[in-house]
Amino acid sequence: MLNLLLLVMILLGLYIILSLSLNLIAGYTGLLSLCHAAFYGIGAYTTAILSVHTGLSFWLLLPISGLVAAVSGVLIGLPTLRLKGDYLAIATLGFAEIVRNVLTNWDSLTGGPRGISGIKPPVLFGYTLDPLKKVNYLILVWFFVAITFFVLKRIMESRFGRALEAIREDEIAASSMGINTTKYKVVSFSIGAFFAGIAGSIFAVFIPVVVPGGFDFMLSVTILCMVVLGGMGNHIGALIGASIIYIASMLPQILGFSSIISPQFNQIIFGLILVIMMIYKPDGIVGRKKPDFEKLIGASLKKEVSR
Amino acid sequence: MNNILEIKNIHVQYGNIKALNSVSLTVQKGDIVSLIGANGAGKSSLLKAVSGLEPITQGTIEYNNQIINSYQSSKRLRPDIISSMGIALVPEGRGVFSQMTVLENLEMGAFLVRDKAIISKKLLEIYAMFPILKDRKDQKSGSLSGGEQQMLAIGRALMSSPEVLLLDEPGLGLAPLIIKGIFEVIRSINDEYKTTIFIVEQNAKLALKNSNKGFVMETGVIVLSDLSANLIENPQVKAAYLGE
Repeated sequence: MLNLLLLVMILLGLYIILSLSLNLIAGYTGLLSLCHAAFYGIGAYTTAILSVHTGLSFWLLLPISGLVAAVSGVLIGLPTLRLKGDYLAIATLGFAEIVRNVLTNWDSLTGGPRGISGIKPPVLFGYTLDPLKKVNYLILVWFFVAITFFVLKRIMESRFGRALEAIREDEIAASSMGINTTKYKVVSFSIGAFFAGIAGSIFAVFIPVVVPGGFDFMLSVTILCMVVLGGMGNHIGALIGASIIYIASMLPQILGFSSIISPQFNQIIFGLILVIMMIYKPDGIVGRKKPDFEKLIGASLKKEVSR
Repeated sequence: MNNILEIKNIHVQYGNIKALNSVSLTVQKGDIVSLIGANGAGKSSLLKAVSGLEPITQGTIEYNNQIINSYQSSKRLRPDIISSMGIALVPEGRGVFSQMTVLENLEMGAFLVRDKAIISKKLLEIYAMFPILKDRKDQKSGSLSGGEQQMLAIGRALMSSPEVLLLDEPGLGLAPLIIKGIFEVIRSINDEYKTTIFIVEQNAKLALKNSNKGFVMETGVIVLSDLSANLIENPQVKAAYLGE
């Protein structure tokens, strides 16, 4: 039981990193991307392939995996980011399918459908982080959740983040403010891809097997739903959205009903949450920004007084 | 002599449809110029070409004798570069960042200005020009009325202290009284900062009354160009655009 809870918490951490990073792309910059699972997979496979063939240390593979994902983000971003809305979604969907197909069919490099096993666990100060001792990974994952959270929060609150928001609101107006919209969109896309790659790298050493099936379209949609459920453009929202969707989908296992309730039941819970949300809370649970009531009331009071 | 904008024989095409067919016009420094014409005449396409949002298939556009948009793609400048050179666009439909507050919108207008002192000085000037924006500075701009949003869009464009201000249908969807007020402000901007102003407008009467020079556009071609005072008296214009 404890083991299951630890596993849930570790995977939840990875989902939170994914939804935080997609929030930068979709929630903040307004780019409807459906290839986040592909970046996650690229990160995981980079770590797996290099770990097995070169034996490099995890601490080196982690940033490399992030960078490979970021570079692939730039490569897919440059030609497609001039597209808007649904068109961009379809282009990114195509990219995700290409990645999945390459992972499945390039036998000599990726091991095909069997995937890659034998990924070496990370070593920290001479102490090997054994995947069977989950507490180690719990700390590792949540350490990176914290880093991702604060780095992305800083980015979103910076001048750069403001520019991304402006692009989301009105691209023409943003470019006439002097914002190089293409550059900012590509950078935002690749930062998001970088963190997805980091999550993939941690996933690869934790499981420690990677198979192509884990990085499919459903995962991209699930991550997008986490962001939408929490509230687009709100990092607290991404965190809450990921927690609700993932924990709800694991509920049968956690409560020990998995023998009675079939795994497909997850999809029902998942769909139900989304339908209820769209009816009662279309802006997401937290919404875009917390309204500052005190300030609003204060401003209107001041106006009354000055009259 | 003092030509700040020089548009030479430009063509703009959307697929097979010609939106602009060999349009030439010059704008002199410090003038208020209005371009009038019916829906679909190509007015907005011209402004988009000047601000770099629309590539042109023939001709060139020069700003201060430097090519900013050209039929040669290597000589085209990006919209953000054109705006950094001093051409500010107030887009059609205002284009305020509706999820941001009024103050944040104005700060976005000064995106390229790094000096905080200049930004706060500019902000005070804008607040003096549009006191309503000061009252609403912490309100989300999406909750403003149409007229207030237009004021915000103009104020935002002025934050970068532009040399040329391009206005795309500033009167669109506003009450006549509000449009009048907006045009008064446009004139005072021209008076105070000597900003060259280029207005595209369907409300021909107001646009011509508040400008020095006017151009009339029909299906992608400039058919008349004269002093605005003369255009108002022109029988052709009177019949077609002023309803007299």
